[in-house]
Formats: sequence, structure tokens, C-alpha cells
Amino acid sequence: MDINDFRTVATVLVFLAFMGIAWWAYGPSRKRYFDEAAQLPFQDDDAAPAITAHKKGEQA
Amino acid sequence: MTSNHLSHPLDNNKVVYNYKVVHQFALATVFWGIVGMAVGVLIAAQLAWPVLNFDTAWLSYGRLRPLHTNGVIFAFGGSALMACSLFIVQRTCGARLISDKLAAFVFWGWQTIIVSAVITLPMGMTTSKEYAELEWPISILIAVVWVAYAILFFGTIIKRQQKHIYVANWFFAAFIIAVAILHIVNNLAVPVTLTKSYSIYAGTVDAMVQWWWGHNAVGFFLTAGFLGIMYYFVPKQAGRPIYSYRLSVVHFWALIAIYVWAGPHHLHYSALPDWTQNLGMAMSLILLAPSWGGMINGIMTLSGAWDKLRTDPILKFLVVSLSFYGMSTFEGPMLSIKSVNALSHMTDWTVGHVHAGALGWVAMISIGATYHLIPLLYGRKPGEMFSIKLIDLHFWLATIGTVLYIVSMWVNGLMQGLMWRAVNNDGTLTYSFVETVIASYPGYVVRFIGGGIFLSGMLVMAWNIWKTWLITREELASGKITQQEALA
Repeated sequence: MDINDFRTVATVLVFLAFMGIAWWAYGPSRKRYFDEAAQLPFQDDDAAPAITAHKKGEQA
Repeated sequence: MTSNHLSHPLDNNKVVYNYKVVHQFALATVFWGIVGMAVGVLIAAQLAWPVLNFDTAWLSYGRLRPLHTNGVIFAFGGSALMACSLFIVQRTCGARLISDKLAAFVFWGWQTIIVSAVITLPMGMTTSKEYAELEWPISILIAVVWVAYAILFFGTIIKRQQKHIYVANWFFAAFIIAVAILHIVNNLAVPVTLTKSYSIYAGTVDAMVQWWWGHNAVGFFLTAGFLGIMYYFVPKQAGRPIYSYRLSVVHFWALIAIYVWAGPHHLHYSALPDWTQNLGMAMSLILLAPSWGGMINGIMTLSGAWDKLRTDPILKFLVVSLSFYGMSTFEGPMLSIKSVNALSHMTDWTVGHVHAGALGWVAMISIGATYHLIPLLYGRKPGEMFSIKLIDLHFWLATIGTVLYIVSMWVNGLMQGLMWRAVNNDGTLTYSFVETVIASYPGYVVRFIGGGIFLSGMLVMAWNIWKTWLITREELASGKITQQEALA
């Protein structure tokens, strides 16, 4: 196994990691979780849109 | 002035945030912005009219140029980053900073570092490493203050009341960790006296470590940190959540994974091995994808609310900063292509590119964020500055100044690159170097004017903040608002 095999493996691993992150981010089951996360900047405003911010430790 | 105050966020919350350190850093942002940019305008004038160095060593271009870069990047940009990160981490975690004393140490420590730079750089004390010029005792102080800042930030994250860590904090976290690693590795040196040290690296390795740091000062200090500001203040000012939170997740991981590899593009056609140069170029080209992903995410947040741009100059600052970010992150990958770099390297094109990012992106988003912060810190309604018209005036001064700066440097850069490579039929150079300097003169004058216009906008901002503070003080005296509401 020469150094180019390691380079190939590294490239494939990074590609898989990227696909994994994209799958995790866009997975339909996590849509609500991320929609709620997007409301975090508005959580302590008077005129903020209604949010159901979850407390630490609770499941989304 | 109308000033029927809405109830301050603090009234509705059990958590009382530490706004004192945010206020200190916000004012430091404006103060060091004016100082750093004034030095920039002076050295721009020196390039057009060299007599302005007055034959004085400590007023010469070579000594003032690092003062300008340190002043605008670490004093102005650094203060903006610390103000915004310490504000955002508290608001999005629902938690007060872990320690007021540590916060005060971070603020006064950072100011001490800046003042040390203001003294030592004009005296000619320098490591000669770009953006890492400060000598070893100051480097150590930077490391200490930075670790304190990291403890302050991550400690607050740990005691958060929210399960989720908002994306802006992820960007700040990456910025804090990466800058710590880069700073320590690049500044490893052997001290010989109190004011002189030698890098432990030599030759090409030294150059590669330096530009691994140098480009990541751009990637993590001037990009990731300010993207953290963007992901909070753009939704906040637009009054709607970020266009796609899921895109922000992919944006974050892609950006931080790729940026660290881009450094070698500063060393094209040098003694650095070809494969490293090519790697740097390839990674720089790939970087276009996450950069534009982030820009589109920010700008599309306004979709359905574009009309706000007509009436809200703070939002204009934030959105135009994203446009300049998109522009300079397209230009950057293009300049990293070796054949393009062969034309652009060492010319004013590079300087123009840097300022498209520095003035257009970093400064504009910092200014927008500061205009958002100041009224809140004084217990006022969002956007309730002394004068909205003056914010609008500042916006146009900043935009026109930036455009004049960039365009003059594009013209100069292309001209210099073409003149340097022009050869006669017999193979001799068509132009001597001094002819290219003479041809650059008009561009230098335009750059000086553009920079001066941008600086004048900062003075307008300082005036506006001062007047806002005077109004707040009157209201405090008349009992209209309480000390607790006007936390400053």
C-alpha cells in the first residue's frame, strides 16, 4: 500500500462524511427540530413569533 | 425624539445578561475602527505622496502598514467579534456569562494587547510575519487572553438553558478554537531578547506555516466569526428566521473543513512543492461552494421582505455586506488559479480583493451589528438611534468609499500585472519598474479618496452614538428609564 492509497481513502472518507452531514441536515425526521432551532434568536423578544423552545435534556 | 420604551427584554426574563462587556467592546469597535482606518488613509496617502512620511522612521510606510492591518483586523474586527459573540451567546443560550470578572479580564486584556501593538509596531519591533507581527511577550499575552475568552464563551454554552446550540455559536466556536491553534503554532519562536525572537521554522516550512496562519486569519477570524454575526443579526434585523437552517448546518461543516487547506495559494510559483500549490488551488476553488451557500442563505432570508431594504439602513448594511462577501469569495477562488495568480500576484489587485472583503464584508456587517446593538444596550427600542438619516448617510459613504477603493485597485492591479510581463520582440522588458509606479499614481489618489470617504462614515457613526448616549442620559436623569434598563 503506497501513499496514494491513503490519499484515495482519505478523499472517499471526506466525501462520505459530507454526504452523512447532508443526510443528517436534510433528513425529514429532523425538519421540526431545525425549524425550532431557527427561532432561537427570537426567543426572548416580546414580539417574537411563537416558539416551543425545548429545555436542555428534553427530546425534540 | 420619541421614546416610549417598550419593556426591556430583561423585565420578562429571570436571566440578567452581562451587557457591560458587550457595550465596552461595541464602543471599542467604533474607536479602533476610526484609529485603524485613519492610519490606513495616512499610508494610502503616503503611497500617492511619499513626502508624507516626513523622513521619520516611525511614520514610515513600512512601520505603519502593520499597525493599520493589526488595528483594523484585531482591534476593530476583534472588538466587533467579541461584542457580538458575547451578546449572541447569552441571548441564544438564555444564560448570563459565567463570570463578570473573566469578562472584564478579556476586555482589558484585549485592549492592553492593542495598545502594546500601537507602541511597538511604530518602534520597529516585529517578527516580520504578516498579521502575526507582534513580538513574543505580546504573543503570549494574546494566547492567555484568547484562552480566557474561550473559557468565557464555552462556559456560557455549557450552562445554556436551550438544548440546541444556535448555528451562530457554532461559527464562533470554530473561530475561537481555530484561531487559538493557528496563533500558537505560527508564533512558536526562540526569544533572544525581550523584543526580538526568531521563528522555530525555517525556509519553505516557515512560509507554509505562516500562510496556513495567514489564510486562516481570513478564513476563521474574518469569515467564520463574522458569519456567526450574520446568522444572528440578519434574521434579527429582518424579523424572520434564517432562510434555511439545514443549509446553515451543511454550510458550517463544509466551510470549516475546507478553509484550512487554502493557505498554499499565497505561495504559487515559490519553492513550495507543486503538489502543495495545486492542493491549495483546488481547495480554494471548492471553497466557492460553501461560501456562496452561506451568502445565499443570508440574502434569501429577506425573501418576502425585500421592501424593508427601502426603509431600514441597518438592514442595508447587513445585506450589502453579504453582497460584497459573495463578490470577494468569487474573486478569491479565481485569484487562486495559478495562471490568474501569475498575473495578479504582488499587484494592487490583491489589495483590492482584500478590501472588498475587509471594507465591504467585515466592516459593513460589524457596523450594521453595532447599530443594532447600541439602542438595545441603552434600553431603547430596536433601531432607535439618534438619527436614522445619519445611518443612511453612513451607509452611502461606506458603499461609495468601498467601490472607489476596489475599482481603483482593480485598474492598478491589472495594469501593473500586464506592464510587468510585457516584453519587446528582442525579449527585453518593455517597462522599467518605476514606470509602473508612475502609472499607478492616479489609482493611488482614488484609493486615498475612497478610504477617506469610508473613514468619514465612521466619524458620522461615532457622532450618532454619542448623541444617542446623550439622549439616554437625559432620560435617565429625568427618571424616564431606569439605570437597569440603560445598562451602559
